[in-house]
Amino acid sequence: MSATPLLELRGIDKSFGPVQVLRDVALSAHAGEVTALVGDNGAGKSTLVKCISGIYPTDAGEFLFDGRPVSINSPRDAAALGIEVVYQDLALCDNLDIVQNMFLGREKRSGIVLDEPTMEQMAAETLAGLSIRTVKSLRQHVASLSGGQRQTVAIAKAVLWNSKLVILDEPTAALGVAQTAQVLELVRRLADNGLAVVLISHNMNDVFAVSDRIAALYLGQMVAQVKTADINHSQVVELITAGRSGNLGLPAEPGGNGTGAAPADTIPGAVR
Amino acid sequence: MTTTLVKKDGPAAVAPQPTVGSHVRTYLSRVRGGDIGALPAVLGLVVLCAFFAIQQPTFLTAGNFANLFTQGAAVALIAMGLVFVLLLGEIDLSAGFASGVCAAILANVATVRGYPWYVAVLAAIATGVAIGALLGVLVAKIGIPSFVVTLAGFLAFQGIVLMLMDEGANISIRDDTLVAIANRNLSPAIGWALAAVAVAGYAAVQLLRHRKRSARGLLTDPFAVVLARIGGLALILGLAVYILNLERSRNVLISSLKGVPIVVPIIAVLLVFWTFVLQRTSYGRHVYAVGGNTEAARRAGINVDRIRISVFVICSGMAAIGGIVAASRANSVDPNTGGSNVLLYAVGAAVIGGTSLFGGKGRVLDAVLGGAVVAVIDNGMGLMGYSSGRKFVVTGVVLLLAASVDAISRRRAAATGTR
Repeated sequence: MSATPLLELRGIDKSFGPVQVLRDVALSAHAGEVTALVGDNGAGKSTLVKCISGIYPTDAGEFLFDGRPVSINSPRDAAALGIEVVYQDLALCDNLDIVQNMFLGREKRSGIVLDEPTMEQMAAETLAGLSIRTVKSLRQHVASLSGGQRQTVAIAKAVLWNSKLVILDEPTAALGVAQTAQVLELVRRLADNGLAVVLISHNMNDVFAVSDRIAALYLGQMVAQVKTADINHSQVVELITAGRSGNLGLPAEPGGNGTGAAPADTIPGAVR
Repeated sequence: MTTTLVKKDGPAAVAPQPTVGSHVRTYLSRVRGGDIGALPAVLGLVVLCAFFAIQQPTFLTAGNFANLFTQGAAVALIAMGLVFVLLLGEIDLSAGFASGVCAAILANVATVRGYPWYVAVLAAIATGVAIGALLGVLVAKIGIPSFVVTLAGFLAFQGIVLMLMDEGANISIRDDTLVAIANRNLSPAIGWALAAVAVAGYAAVQLLRHRKRSARGLLTDPFAVVLARIGGLALILGLAVYILNLERSRNVLISSLKGVPIVVPIIAVLLVFWTFVLQRTSYGRHVYAVGGNTEAARRAGINVDRIRISVFVICSGMAAIGGIVAASRANSVDPNTGGSNVLLYAVGAAVIGGTSLFGGKGRVLDAVLGGAVVAVIDNGMGLMGYSSGRKFVVTGVVLLLAASVDAISRRRAAATGTR
């Protein structure tokens, strides 16, 4: 793990009209690590991702990439920095094959002609680098792939572009048990290959299975970012649902029980 | 980083090089899975030809064979353009009358104003491009469904043709070059030479691709299959040129009539050109992507609006070329040029050939194969003395049949997961 995070966000604010969706959010993602971004529905996870990927402009706050301040104003800026997002709804074209999908919008050409052999070779190398062996042929249509294989292709597509930071939005949400395991293994491998990975997930088992750090959003605020090893399952759930857990998270509300230093399992009503 | 990723164990897809047998099996399983492509059109063509040949011996004569090309040319050309629009899941109902407007412009510039033929042709194509740009902008930028935009165009262009024709008069085409397009033939020698060039070109492309891919260790089609494709093309072209080079004149002493009709190389060149654009350029790839999943295309950084406008431009531009051929064939332009059944025949041709009405699937070749089916029905039933009414009904039924094949194969594909 490197000392400076690959991506560091500080004081991000974002409002849609009168609704403040993100409030003074800080997040750091380190190369070689999986950072799980957790939070309940409406906590602002997707908005945060869209801010990072340049789809939404932020109202305030700064981005540091590799220690340098950068501004991300469009998806193109994000891609230029090496930030790739794998969206929940995949964004693959069913009627194109794996290679065509992986290079969509950024085709390799020689002159005006598509350079298919080079693209196929690069795609094969990328898949090999990720030890993906579940696809039979690179020339099969994406429509013929299973959900897990599609997710694999979507992730491989993100990795292909010398990306440094890959953000995965609920990559296992629609998958079965075996396929989930496959994808998680792949997520882990991305980090082991030196990429910074941000994984958005609702599934605590997934989060604990692959992540090195957990960042919890609660009503638009980053309530905690801790190492996965230092926290347990129920504490994360408390952070997600109540915004605090023991001495982690938001300061205790005035009139609440104690000073916020109470052990997690003594908080009444903690959700498990 | 792609290049620095640790390579663990060899290539991802370690599939054995396919053999002829596995190639055939893959194809069969694709067909069973609903990915039937142009198969119905080819089978339909064979069945129809056999049927008409038995019913009406004149169907098989060299003269009628040549007629098929000139009769089907305009529809096939318009259908080629329609394939692009259909690939996006859009429709252009105005393509027929757009070709009429362009033909009227052609006649006006060439005959009424007396400009040389190439000026008239350019004016007609420019008109088509302008029409397409207008339709495309209305669909892509304003967001009106293409069905409505082009339905409005259907009516409006019909009116424009009438206005250009002075409310019903017709303008004859007298320019020799323009008349030659659909009415003259190449000399037999040139016909053979063009066929040889086509086969050699196809062989070169196929063999080069095979060599390049195997040199890089990528999966290739079995060499025998490559050779069979080249041989098949050589056989079909050779046979066609041979038949077209037979004497078709009833009385050779009065005039000799033989050779490949000039429209055939025109169609062939456009077929190769648009196939190249769709299959080998990133523009073509983006057309398929937008047709397959617009949102994915947008996220991949493809300018969806520009693609959408461009397909309408191509469609109307090809309609203009179809209009030129139709005008040439009739030796004149009248208010009904591009009207009546032209549009439906063209849409039918594209769909019968295997282009999906749901977008994302289709080839330019489909338009030509489907156009051949439509031309054979029209021609064969004409020879058998059926009325236009019956011809329309049969063509309508065939179109419906093709659309059901499309819908059913799509459902089957969804069920088996091949598309």
